[in-house]
Amino acid sequence: MIIPELGEYTLILALCFAVLLATVPMVGASRGNALWMDFARPLSKGMFLFTLISFLCLSWSFLDNDFSVVYVASNSNTALPWYYRLSAVWGGHEGSLLLWVLILAAWTLAVAIKSRNLPQDIIARVLAVMGWVSIGFYLFILFTSSPFERYLPGFPQEGADLNPLLQDFGLIVHPPMLYMGYVGFAVSFAFAIAALLSGRLDAAWARWSRPWTSVAWAFLTLGIALGSWWAYYELGWGGWWFWDPVENASLMPWLVGTALIHSLAVTEKRGVFKSWTVLLAIFAFSLSLLGTFLVRSGVLTSVHAFASDPERGLFILIMLAVVIGGSLLLYAIRAGQMRSESSFGLLSRESLLLVNNVLLVVSCAMVLLGTIYPLIVDALGMGKLSVGPPYFNALFVPLMAIMLVFMGAGVVSRWKQTPMSMLVHQLWLPGLCALVLGLAATWLYAGELQAWVTIGLVLAWWVVLAGGRDLYNRLRHRREKLAGLLKQTRSYYGMVLAHLGVAVLVVGVALVSIYSEQRDMRMQPGDSITFRDYTFIYEGNRHVEGPNYTSDQGQIRVMLDGKTYAEMKPEKRLYTARGNVMTEAAIDPGFTRDLYVALGEPLENGAWAVRVQYKPYVRWLWLGGLLMTFGGLLAASDPRYRKRRAIAAATS
Amino acid sequence: MNNRKLLAFIPLALFLLLGLFLWRGLSIDPTELPSELADKKRPIPAFELPSLTEPSRLLTPDDLKGEVALLNVWATWCPTCKEEHGFLNRLAQDENVTIYGINYKDEPGKAREWLRRYLNPYQKVVLDQDGSLGLDMGVYGAPETYVLDPEGRVRYRHVGAVDAEVWKTLKQVMAQVEQESRS
Amino acid sequence: MRALLMWLMLLVPLSAQAAIDAYEFSDEQKEERFQQLTNELRCPKCQNQNIADSDAPLAADLRREVHRMLEAGEPNESIIDFMVTRYGDFVLYRPRVNETTWLLWYGPFVLLGIGILVVVLISRNRRQNSASTSEATPPAAPGRYQASDSLSTEEAERLNKLLQRDSDQ
Repeated sequence: MIIPELGEYTLILALCFAVLLATVPMVGASRGNALWMDFARPLSKGMFLFTLISFLCLSWSFLDNDFSVVYVASNSNTALPWYYRLSAVWGGHEGSLLLWVLILAAWTLAVAIKSRNLPQDIIARVLAVMGWVSIGFYLFILFTSSPFERYLPGFPQEGADLNPLLQDFGLIVHPPMLYMGYVGFAVSFAFAIAALLSGRLDAAWARWSRPWTSVAWAFLTLGIALGSWWAYYELGWGGWWFWDPVENASLMPWLVGTALIHSLAVTEKRGVFKSWTVLLAIFAFSLSLLGTFLVRSGVLTSVHAFASDPERGLFILIMLAVVIGGSLLLYAIRAGQMRSESSFGLLSRESLLLVNNVLLVVSCAMVLLGTIYPLIVDALGMGKLSVGPPYFNALFVPLMAIMLVFMGAGVVSRWKQTPMSMLVHQLWLPGLCALVLGLAATWLYAGELQAWVTIGLVLAWWVVLAGGRDLYNRLRHRREKLAGLLKQTRSYYGMVLAHLGVAVLVVGVALVSIYSEQRDMRMQPGDSITFRDYTFIYEGNRHVEGPNYTSDQGQIRVMLDGKTYAEMKPEKRLYTARGNVMTEAAIDPGFTRDLYVALGEPLENGAWAVRVQYKPYVRWLWLGGLLMTFGGLLAASDPRYRKRRAIAAATS
Repeated sequence: MNNRKLLAFIPLALFLLLGLFLWRGLSIDPTELPSELADKKRPIPAFELPSLTEPSRLLTPDDLKGEVALLNVWATWCPTCKEEHGFLNRLAQDENVTIYGINYKDEPGKAREWLRRYLNPYQKVVLDQDGSLGLDMGVYGAPETYVLDPEGRVRYRHVGAVDAEVWKTLKQVMAQVEQESRS
Repeated sequence: MRALLMWLMLLVPLSAQAAIDAYEFSDEQKEERFQQLTNELRCPKCQNQNIADSDAPLAADLRREVHRMLEAGEPNESIIDFMVTRYGDFVLYRPRVNETTWLLWYGPFVLLGIGILVVVLISRNRRQNSASTSEATPPAAPGRYQASDSLSTEEAERLNKLLQRDSDQ
């Protein structure tokens, strides 16, 4: 079979297309040559087509169990069900990079198709910048990480199996969503660079860039939420965020991306912060690239990093230097010449959004500092130290609390100038209600007023109620309230949904962080423990055979009010191909609480170490994430973006 | 206006600084830990443990004093220890290096069998069956090799197998310690 | 082949299972302190895990030590000191505040201060600039973008032109 060779070959062809895409339309745009600029679209399509073929070739090799391919042999096995063989395509470093370039090519294609109405020189430049970024990644794959390498002459008869942690639904969908987000910021980046190159950095630019940025942000949000959900049920610790470098690598672009969305709104509506918005667009994508470096170079230790390789690290670092260094240099040269002429007061929607930006960027800087601080200290020869969850929580939580306060004020404020008296007039009632409801909710839930829980719940109410006040303002002067509701734009409802998501997330974080309970104990068949109204009875273990593993399955009966409430079956699995032992937790999900049971080690006399956890409101974390995702998508689908593009077409 | 132009270069400057650290980071192994004992030239923590080879005899830190020596932490369950064992034998025989051993969290029977089969490069072997000495020393992965000065203080630690390359460093450290203790 | 094997081993996360042991505590406070301490101490052997989550033998040893010292009535500080004298500052997930970590602990707050200052300066600056211009501009027709409001004159013209075409269509 020559399928892997075909894959490698088409990838080289895709690189050729990327080189042409990066140069021809770019030169055309600078010379005003319409014919050359017109090449951008077909070249984008060609690049996508050949990348897709390459990706399908690798998928085929996996489905076909072609263990002569090194990457397939290391990440698959004949006993693996077909869907895991397919998701194993992105189970390792090489294949996940191929997925990355496929998504990059897909975004490029989407821009080429969807932006028919943009001025020709802008679209030519945007696609060319995407081409430049693509070149870097194609070269990276072809030179350092080809997934198509073969074992020659002999090859193994059986594959080494996919890492059992990755044999899971969460891991089928998590990386593609995350990469959609990371790579999506490449579009915002390309728009920013194109604007800097053309020197036309205006409200129109912000309008074009906004929907793309919102979609990318929505995918990143979803990707992070899925990752957290996966870690929660699959790692067996019941944790949902570990402040691991890999997680931080996804959080940093998210924080800056969130700032970017808000800053773009100001630039579009009011024409201010132009150079700041461009800078954020560059940062968002730069941080995505930086995350790639941190995860794949081995400079930081992480629970779930890829196999590290300094040579690959050096390659990515050079790529970072070219892409980020180059764009920041361009920024430095061009941004110094920009002036925005708008004005706004100390208290205005602009300034409040700017404060939001400052808080988000400072939080991101804090996460970055904490993530690479061990590296800095080590590089300076000052010893080894660790920066972990206690540090991040201590700084991140207060920063976010301040941000929530401004969030409420921001939504009701007005452009240009918002009198203090108006803010007070509008917000005293929501503020008071938030205080009362937050305190009451905390008291009713816990029977005490734990500081952070109280703050969290009050702020969540504050965000919701201030948003409600804003909606009331919008409807106040309309006679038909329902028609008024329908009149609001999708963009507005997107914002409402996303902010609601934040409030839901905050409630989840506050309650699950403080009121989670956990018991580790030794249980013999017949033993029971009563825990938050639930009685867990351990009834012994059963031996279970899976397709590619064997398992000890614990049988735990959960009683509520004297009746059987649930049967929970936590497992301890042995994956035979690699000899990996895995904890498979049993979870009874619920809207207001999860029951979480995991098996530890077998002890003497048929007893097992068992961990029982009660996780209040843990589902709200991901519910909040989903709301934010839908908010982002809804905002991006606002028809006015398409309409404006139609206008732009008319002028070009 | 000029100030504004300069301000626009700040992001680039910050990025270059970051890039410099990342580049340095590529040549640093983040998993390797410095030894607190070696950093502060502390003596081997107090212990009173039986000898592996003469179970009736109790060893204390005093037994490891007197000359510049290597102290090797090993166990039969550790594959890398097997890898380096031949080299340690060569050091003891050809280079006349004094090597002490700590048998770390191991089964004494297996360990004695191992020394019979693969020869014994150690002058004395401390039997640290429950790993308490290892814990006090900050051992985090066998094999580890320490350089001791004549007063029994730790001067250097290497984590991982000792081979010709590592021995160059160890030899240098030992020569330096030797010189210091003479002067 | 050996290179491949090494590579495979690197790819497997060191721990794919939760560490669960069944320690008994004399009172609930000690159990809480145990959970807090083991969550804030880093396992020296592992990739990036605290000793509560790691199933490495060394982490198990360290948990046993923490449990033993807690039951012996030792305060948190001496347990932390015990770990630091053996494994160095590396084991602390909450870095100590000293010269080395000033930037880490205080840097973000300094940055926040600078950020807020910049916001205040910008918006003041802008307001003063506008005091003269904004009153001079006549109120714009509804739906028309005006210069000096948010856009430069050219931008406003261009945008209005675009909007004009929109309504012409």
